Amino acid sequence: MTHTVKKTMAKNTGVLQKSLTGISGFDEITQGGLPLGRPTLICGEAGSGKTLFAMEFIVRGATQFNEPGVFVAFEEKAEELATNVASLGFDIKKLVSQNKLRIDHVHIERSEIEETGEYDLDGLFIRLGYAIDSIGAKRVVLDTIENLFSGLNNAAILRAELRRLFQWLKEKGVTAIITGEKGTGTLTREGLEEYVSDCVILLDHRVVNQISTRRLRIVKYRGSVHGTNEYPFLIDEDGISVLPVTSLKLEAKVSSKKISTGIITLDEMLAGKGFYKGSSVLISGTAGTGKTSIAASFAHESCRRKERCIYFAFEESPEQIIRNMHSVGMDLNKCVADGLLKFQASRPTMYGLEMHLVVITKIIRQFKPQTVIIDPITNLVNVGSTSEVQSILTRLIDFLQTQQITAVFTGLTLNNAIKEQTDETISSLVDAWIQVRDIESNGERNRGLYIMKSRGMKHSNQVREFLITSQGLYLEDVYLGPDGILTGSARKAHQLQQLTEQMLQQHSLSRNDKEISRKAKELDFKIRTLTSEFESIREELKNSYVETELKKELVEKNRNEMIRMRGNGKTVINKPATKQNIK
Amino acid sequence: MKVMDTTKQTWELRLYIAGHTVKSLTALRNLKQYCETHLKGQYKIEVIDLLLKPQLAEGDQIFAIPTLVRKVPQPIRKIIGDLSNEEKVLVGLNIVPIKSGI
Repeated sequence: MTHTVKKTMAKNTGVLQKSLTGISGFDEITQGGLPLGRPTLICGEAGSGKTLFAMEFIVRGATQFNEPGVFVAFEEKAEELATNVASLGFDIKKLVSQNKLRIDHVHIERSEIEETGEYDLDGLFIRLGYAIDSIGAKRVVLDTIENLFSGLNNAAILRAELRRLFQWLKEKGVTAIITGEKGTGTLTREGLEEYVSDCVILLDHRVVNQISTRRLRIVKYRGSVHGTNEYPFLIDEDGISVLPVTSLKLEAKVSSKKISTGIITLDEMLAGKGFYKGSSVLISGTAGTGKTSIAASFAHESCRRKERCIYFAFEESPEQIIRNMHSVGMDLNKCVADGLLKFQASRPTMYGLEMHLVVITKIIRQFKPQTVIIDPITNLVNVGSTSEVQSILTRLIDFLQTQQITAVFTGLTLNNAIKEQTDETISSLVDAWIQVRDIESNGERNRGLYIMKSRGMKHSNQVREFLITSQGLYLEDVYLGPDGILTGSARKAHQLQQLTEQMLQQHSLSRNDKEISRKAKELDFKIRTLTSEFESIREELKNSYVETELKKELVEKNRNEMIRMRGNGKTVINKPATKQNIK
Repeated sequence: MKVMDTTKQTWELRLYIAGHTVKSLTALRNLKQYCETHLKGQYKIEVIDLLLKPQLAEGDQIFAIPTLVRKVPQPIRKIIGDLSNEEKVLVGLNIVPIKSGI
């Protein structure tokens, strides 16, 4: 009753109401689930997951949305069905005992049945109606109704009855799923799509390069916007997970908070604080340049901040990584024991690319980490083409950004003509890109690290030497020598040489100082000698001057005396005096 | 052997109908006529109206209406439809027709 009310309401408002399936990801791509109160056709080949999808719809309805459901099985018996889905964590028996679920097995055995004359499928209607009413079901699954065609001969009656059945289901106001086997050239073998025209979903199971991928596509969804892409999906112990391929609206929230890389010197290169939270970082480099070490350092630092981190390892096993990182002073074991670090190791070839993405997003949703590390991303190229990897990464990075998760990818670059090719494909997607590179000179290889880009921050443009020691990871300034950049022992030698030069210089400086002061003293002495000499000369000159003056005075005096005496008129003393007198 | 068995046995037949529709009434009329002809005194017909007892539909795996179920003798046989074809019904129920029997 309530449903018919809802349905009419929906008609009145003109908006199609939807029923949430509870299937992870599916409600997103359909923007709310299946059409409420209408039948939906799910078709696909054998083993594509139709029954499971239908069963999950019913079970989720019963457990999460308090909508009891009826599952009409034309193929499997109730017990078989219960056993089959028990591996997915669905406890059918419990739900049945709680009256939340009803399984009705419609057994059609051709050999037992004889047809004669007119008949209809009222029996099925009544059974279904009784099952629906007995538990107040809002969801119904008919799996697989096409079995009627193999059990009964009169196709004309069946077709008419099916049309009536779907109409009846609509009137009943239940949200129904009808499954159908894919036919050749048609969606279903018996053309069920003719009758169920509101919503058609196609499940597919494809094998490309020996790797199988399950895909889902909404062929038709009357009265609703829906994604038209093929969405990969995964069946695992939690049921079905559909991965929305593109939610690329570029509306991710951004954070201006920065987080440390765990390498202090690297943080310094990144404006002193590290990367932005929620950004994506690519660490690329040739083999053995320490990409994993940098990534592990990031993970280690994240755990030290008491933040969760997932490490997706596609190359090494978790134990291998833990052991290796222990040798450079990182105790990842403790992080794992604390429940902050989770390793997820798998071979790239284990699933297709899409499936990897589904698995990754699923685990991320479960573990809710702040940091995610994928090491290395390039291994995924093994299972897909570069463009596929790029499309996967776009989606992954987008997903991580919307979740505000910082992501670190490592990428292997091959040291040949097409190097950085892999980098190029994703470099435009990531926010920061660190490159580690071999620098070979003087018979040794050293690691040079530099930041290719780091969006939204002032970062160092310097090449630094990257050192991996038993105490941890460090960056050293790279020396520019006359023959180019110096690293490793050449740098050491250069450093030593510089030190020597400095000491020598200091020494010579002090010698010069002494020389100067001695010279000063010497000159000072000389000046004093000269001054005293000058003094004595001056004294002498002065003396002679006084003497002359005195002499002159005496002569004057004497003459005056003479004149005075001559004035008496008696005595002439000497010739000059006489001469003067004559004058 | 077969003839011996069938002649001595009581036939338990169950006819499932849903309301008194034309098909249901035709089926019941036909059935009664066949039984009177070929199984006189040896048969029991139980008519179940699923509109009144819908819970019984599951037990006998009924999906079509009308359905005739032969409960005894074993094995269970089903005939769906208005039973308009006498020969088919008799073959379906494995009844040896009286006419050809004598």
